[in-house]
Amino acid sequence: MAGAEAYPRIVAALIRVTGDWTLAEDCAQEALVAAVQRWPRDGVPGNPGGWLMTVARNRATDVLRRATVERRKLRELAVLTDQHPTPDDPEDVVDDRLRLVFTCCHPALTLEARVALTLRTVAGVPTADIARAFLVGESTMTRRITRAKARIAAAGVPYRVPTGSALAERLPGVLAVLYLLFTRGYDADGEPAFADEAVRLARLLDELMPAEPEVAALCALLLFQHSRRAARRDAAGDLLTLAEQDRSRWDHAAIAEALTALARAERRSAPPPADSPSTTVPADSPSASARTDSPSASARADSPSGAARTDRPGPYLLQARIAACHATAPDAGRTDWPAIAHWYDELSRLRPTPVIGLNRAVAHGYAYGPAAGLALLAEARADGALDGHPPALAVEAELTARSGDPVRAALLFRAAADLVGSAAERRALLRRADGLTPPR
Amino acid sequence: MKYLMLVCTDTAPDTDPEAAPDIEAWVAERDGSGQRVLGSRLADVSAATTVRVRNGELLLTDGPFAETREVIVGFDLLECTDLDEAVEVARRHPMAYEGRLELRPLVDL
Repeated sequence: MAGAEAYPRIVAALIRVTGDWTLAEDCAQEALVAAVQRWPRDGVPGNPGGWLMTVARNRATDVLRRATVERRKLRELAVLTDQHPTPDDPEDVVDDRLRLVFTCCHPALTLEARVALTLRTVAGVPTADIARAFLVGESTMTRRITRAKARIAAAGVPYRVPTGSALAERLPGVLAVLYLLFTRGYDADGEPAFADEAVRLARLLDELMPAEPEVAALCALLLFQHSRRAARRDAAGDLLTLAEQDRSRWDHAAIAEALTALARAERRSAPPPADSPSTTVPADSPSASARTDSPSASARADSPSGAARTDRPGPYLLQARIAACHATAPDAGRTDWPAIAHWYDELSRLRPTPVIGLNRAVAHGYAYGPAAGLALLAEARADGALDGHPPALAVEAELTARSGDPVRAALLFRAAADLVGSAAERRALLRRADGLTPPR
Repeated sequence: MKYLMLVCTDTAPDTDPEAAPDIEAWVAERDGSGQRVLGSRLADVSAATTVRVRNGELLLTDGPFAETREVIVGFDLLECTDLDEAVEVARRHPMAYEGRLELRPLVDL
């Protein structure tokens, strides 16, 4: 319904004028309730967004009048009447929503508070739903959100989108909140609870920040992952690997949208045409990127990776390229593993974490054989961070099976099964072990 | 908004001793921009006196009110439009590297 699109716009505008987060949310919420009651009876108004804004603004005016707040706020509210959000609206309104996102994701708030506040205020997700996803009671979540709003006011967190170098510094944090919001957007049973909202927010941010490659890349990455939501589990509810999933059940409209977003990210990321004839790196070409090994590129490893127009791809662009390789493969056997292995090489240079090292080992195992995979796995495990990590054991088991040692592989699968938390994952690992050697 | 910036020591300073900017330049620049209202270094904690009145009796204690390994060694009163501006001022102070800074907004009455 039109209300869902209008919500952040209304909340953002009311916060800008009144500075009162709770009032803004309450009034936007009341406008949505009024719409649900009246539209079925009276018909949907010609400008639903404008109708909602008017109702919310009138409600805010009533509340403030009763509270006898300063005349300035009331005067500014009156002006909102004449600014119905229409497609060719002044940038003012667009900026409001972006301001809201950046304020909700301010680093002076805890990460938990940022995620909760973004869901509540920008996406309009009910507090009860947020509480369920974070496995806390509703009253706890209400307190957490209230405290975050109070902190914004008391600490002087600005209601503003940073510019210049401050934007480059802040944007990766905003994108991290959106990504976390997406991964946490599945409830305990793995059903998408507000993953849709995360995708919608990523689209909105992409629309509002048309120069940032990493924003388009995050949008693409979320859409690629979201496209598989109907195929992730079998009839018993067990998680399926990419190879096991029925690819006809992937959401092909979402994949098409993701590919478009990825192409946009590539265009934004490409340096302006210079002496080299090939400045755009195609998503499926690992050979085109030897240039990133140049000394100047590695010297920049510590610069904010979310910054626009750098000469090397950021972490979300690399992950989106990997996701695109999977999404466009007709079947698992025809996946472009050398390309994926290459993007993981770059990603692990940018973010040398054990989990990325593990995925890199998997990709090299498929691209260049199990021995190559096992060598990189040993490298990823060197600092001990993957000790007792079930996925690392499962990867070792898989590579060992393919290197022709089914007995050892089955032992490793059973060891991994002993360590995993969920019954579904455990069943899947034991199935693999039983396929190699009969059960003990 | 006014922020009291507490300048504190820290048990884990920045590893690069060359990275910290110069304090004289910081003071001159922030006084010039009007962002620093006033500020000072504090005498050693051994000179601190804690004062309480309980049941009508004056109680004086030698030393700071809390014994911690990190101590307040100075303060600055900042005048900034918001937290972002205060953070920009604070991050350029040498003690952001060698110690830590705490920004405490003043309650506007």
